[in-house]
Amino acid sequence: MKNKEKRLMRGSEAIGEAAVRAGCACYFGYPITPQNELTEYMARRMMDTGRVFLQSESEIAAINMALGAASTGARVMTSSSSPGISLKQEGISFIAAMELPCVIVNIVRGGPGLGNIAPAQSDYFQATRGGGHGDYRTIVLAPASVQELYDLTRKSFELADEYRTPVLVLADGMLGQMMEPVVFNDKEILPEQLPDKPWTVKGAKDRPSRFIRSLLLDVDVEEEQNWRLYRKYQRIERREIRHEEYYMKGAELAIVAYGTAARIAKAAVKRCVEKNMRVGLIRPISLWPFPYEHIYKTAETVKHFMSFEMSTGQMVEDVQLGVKGRAEVLMYGRPGGVVPTPAELFRVISRAYNKIAREK
Amino acid sequence: MKDAATHYCQGCGHSVIHRLTAEVIEELGIADRAVGVPPAGCAVLAYFYFDVDMIEAPHGRACAVATGIKRANPESIVFSYQGDGDLAAIGTAEAVHSANRSENITVIFVNNAVYGMTGGQMAPTTLLGQRTTTSPAAAGREAHREGYPIKVSELLASLEGSTYIERCAVNSVRAIRRTKKAIREAFLTQMNGEGFSMVEILSPCPTNWKMSPVKSWKWIDEVMTPYFPLGVIKDSRKGSKKDAG
Amino acid sequence: MLVKTIFAGFGGQGVLLMGVCVATAAMNEDKFVTYMPSYGAEVRGGTANCTVSISTDEISSPIASSPNYVVAMNNPSLLRFQHIIKPGGYIVTNSSLVNVELGRSGVTQIQVPGSDIAEELGAMRSANMVMLGAYAAVSNVVSFQSLIDAVGEVTGKKKKELVEFNIKAIKAGHDNAKEQIKKLESIEA
Ligand SMILES: Cc1ncc(C[n+]2csc(CCOP(=O)(O)OP(=O)(O)O)c2C)c(N)n1
Repeated sequence: MKNKEKRLMRGSEAIGEAAVRAGCACYFGYPITPQNELTEYMARRMMDTGRVFLQSESEIAAINMALGAASTGARVMTSSSSPGISLKQEGISFIAAMELPCVIVNIVRGGPGLGNIAPAQSDYFQATRGGGHGDYRTIVLAPASVQELYDLTRKSFELADEYRTPVLVLADGMLGQMMEPVVFNDKEILPEQLPDKPWTVKGAKDRPSRFIRSLLLDVDVEEEQNWRLYRKYQRIERREIRHEEYYMKGAELAIVAYGTAARIAKAAVKRCVEKNMRVGLIRPISLWPFPYEHIYKTAETVKHFMSFEMSTGQMVEDVQLGVKGRAEVLMYGRPGGVVPTPAELFRVISRAYNKIAREK
Repeated sequence: MKDAATHYCQGCGHSVIHRLTAEVIEELGIADRAVGVPPAGCAVLAYFYFDVDMIEAPHGRACAVATGIKRANPESIVFSYQGDGDLAAIGTAEAVHSANRSENITVIFVNNAVYGMTGGQMAPTTLLGQRTTTSPAAAGREAHREGYPIKVSELLASLEGSTYIERCAVNSVRAIRRTKKAIREAFLTQMNGEGFSMVEILSPCPTNWKMSPVKSWKWIDEVMTPYFPLGVIKDSRKGSKKDAG
Repeated sequence: MLVKTIFAGFGGQGVLLMGVCVATAAMNEDKFVTYMPSYGAEVRGGTANCTVSISTDEISSPIASSPNYVVAMNNPSLLRFQHIIKPGGYIVTNSSLVNVELGRSGVTQIQVPGSDIAEELGAMRSANMVMLGAYAAVSNVVSFQSLIDAVGEVTGKKKKELVEFNIKAIKAGHDNAKEQIKKLESIEA
């Protein structure tokens, strides 16, 4: 395979191929639409490369298999869609507590409950607030193209190892199913080329035995562990915020959107700019850590924000936390698996923009 | 049954099994007491077809939901309707423990050897050598990698608490008649308060087996039944009339 | 420039492959492109469709609420998609199988007997390739040559003869559609 060559790839395949090329040695999953293509891709690819693919009996089993495999130092991945991610939450909390690296992909679908299999962004709260029990966070990356599905999945493995923490890739059925050109801007790593990790449990050969645990009955010890995790999360917040801007220079209204919604927003914003409206887009790429600081600074001059989400409004709370009352925060959302058109969003933005202009 | 066209594929066993279950419910005169629990699976829309009260369950949890209904309202005749992924993978614990408690519910267990709804992945009941999208090796499912197909009826029969368990099929007129009888026995077990009953039904999935309906009926006889033998697997009832059919 | 096309038909008619070929051709011409298939339970209902968007700019949504082109391989596809085509757009129908009348105005219908042409060439199954050629002639969104190359790239890994046959089928569809377009233009002129 030549490296810099463009190839047309399905989103789910791009995730899978990124994992393979990142040296992922074990994949565990359980069927659920709309992420079956990823599980099926991994079934073929991991088998071909002589690595571990296992269809578990449930998502609960899959995340705990991942926990076990991660404790040996192997790069591991599991994937699912919303209801299955809910089931994984206990395991994710344990993985965070035990400080194990693990990549988890959520191809979000419309919910709550069984909901539907259409693209949605309604798992934002669950993803960015830890999701399970206890004081912890997971890094959350939100790609908006097939190229980014590839790049950010690859990045996830690096972040997971660097910070010894679960990393979540948050996408949806549209990104997972669609095909776009992808360029591999990286070098493939084989699992055996990865450096040894000094904390693994794979037999106490020539060293004292160790254990990995999350049970800390002594409250002082548990408190210290929580502060230690907290300091780690602060370090991540300082170093791992990712976002992108589009037409923000001179903007009076900032749309904030991620993933699929950001694609729609980009087209709508472009139309606004063509009509001489001063509208821009801020696209958070990491949802946790969230670009609060950046939004706060922006709110010094931009007095109107609009969170645009494929939900009834979840990220909007982070936008509010970001602006800290410095600016008005509007919200436009379509829940349930509806993907709004750029034309629809353009109309919404225009209305809001004109109202702002009138009140000035 | 409601007057509705089903969404099932051509040759799918679900529609026949729906019909048989509904006929039994009607014939036993329990339609106004029956509560059904459809699964996450191809049969999730069963509430559009059964004209009895029904409530959806999260994937695999139908036995637990059924337990809750029955315990809260013992007059109800409660049945779950589950696929092999639903009951024998993610819902194994709920099934085992409901049987073990001799929960007075009836389980209609549809074994089509694949995950139908999600598009043909390996199920716990997928046969050795059977190729699916997640057992893609040329040799199909292999025991050393993917384990053995689970014989759910035998497994649950080994539990002290289970009362009536029978395995049937719906690939011929005779088999269909036999299945109806089994479903009737299972509901009677519950009506007589005798505890956990289950009918496992070998059911064709031509779409995901990539076969014609006729060929899939043959496949049940030639490949499935040698591994999943038909018949009454367990009957420890005391009171109800045993039917020697 | 943003051109959206829906390819639709029965499962098994190879409509998804048509989309992948066009998308690959566009990618090789360094255009922005997205390909979006129908998925989930919809697929098992027996119909399949995909949307290909090609642009000189970044593409926001890979979904088409109002496509410029629809390629309908069977009656249900025509019925389902005819009303969302952009005014001035085109519907290319496989007239061997599509016999319902177009129920709207403001779009141009090009009828190509894809299945019949494929059968004459010796493989009914290649109706999709014939229709792909017809689509290329009607839309001009990718060049004929890059389409041929893309088909080779997408299907070629398997069999050389197949590729050659496909090229023949694409040409036949292309010629048939060109002929009709010429007639249309002469009527208008
Ligand atoms: C927690 C969770 N995980 C996964 C799914 C996706 N899912 C829906 S049905 C199903 C299994 C279908 O197979 P089976 O139970 O054998 O029934 P069939 O469709 O074959 O009748 C799965 C995995 C889900 N709905 N919820």
